[in-house]
Amino acid sequence: MLMSPEAAHACVTRAISSFNDSEGTEVPIAEGTVLLGVGGAVDSLGLVRLILEVEREVEHMTSRGVSLTDERAMSQRNSPFRSVGALIEYIVTVVNEPS
Amino acid sequence: MTKGRTVVITGTRKGIGRYLAEHYVRLGCQVVGCSRVAPDWTLEGYEHHQADVTDERSIQAMFHSVEHRHGGLDVLINNAGIASMNHALLTPMRTAENIFATNVLGTFLCCREAARLMVRGKRHGRIVNFATVATPLRLEGEALYAASKAAVANLTEVLAREFAPFSITVNAVGPTPVATDLIRSVPKAKIGALLQRQAIHRLGTMEDISNVIDFFIRPESDFVTGQVIYLGGV
Repeated sequence: MLMSPEAAHACVTRAISSFNDSEGTEVPIAEGTVLLGVGGAVDSLGLVRLILEVEREVEHMTSRGVSLTDERAMSQRNSPFRSVGALIEYIVTVVNEPS
Repeated sequence: MTKGRTVVITGTRKGIGRYLAEHYVRLGCQVVGCSRVAPDWTLEGYEHHQADVTDERSIQAMFHSVEHRHGGLDVLINNAGIASMNHALLTPMRTAENIFATNVLGTFLCCREAARLMVRGKRHGRIVNFATVATPLRLEGEALYAASKAAVANLTEVLAREFAPFSITVNAVGPTPVATDLIRSVPKAKIGALLQRQAIHRLGTMEDISNVIDFFIRPESDFVTGQVIYLGGV
């Protein structure tokens, strides 16, 4: 099943909501939200929790195991985890590539 | 103590792994195990996956199935391991690679996948790895096995710190020789000499090992992490 940017956006929205609920944070649900680095909305442990939440949402939607933390993600000059928008783009890329 | 918890045990086809699978089924756990070759036994309450701990895809598939079928994971016991008793000068590189792939990378992979499930399920997870007395005894003839398990001990200590914020403990048990296939080819005199280096001069038993694991995984042990308990007084 191909994933549209809208579907990826919905996954990330649900993941951030769930993250905010469980962590008591107020990470803005907007593509421009900076996640990592200067002015980032989450710390390193928060990022781990958030990525795992996002993976769960993507897995529920696609009914298959998805890992967003492969070597490619770690080696990219511009981290796919730098912002909500970049994360949505990366989800679409990962899910839609042939397995 | 453990009733109703979901436990994953690697290397369950025979020996200590099989014993642990039976032990935790007896205690009322839902046990999921794996091995490279299918076992010749079945058990109610036990579910088997044919998976090699060095194969990322099949291990991920197993943990995915655990989440799907059991709703999450409480305990991982990283029992799968291989040894090759041989003088270092006669040890092929391929053997060295296999030992490190299974013992170190396989343990890492299962720890990572298990912890991901535990974090996602917001469960207070327990991970128990397998070290060995061959490491502190600096056992001749087991250079790579001992070194790989030294890496597992250190991995245990570091992961304990990395996973602590998620309420996951990571510990290791370091068994003495136990009468299993792993030591079948070791000459009796060599085993006898090894036992003499322990404070208590006997072979270990399966119960000695499960006793330590039972302690690590009980709910009251949530302040015990990053520890390696060697048996036999080593």
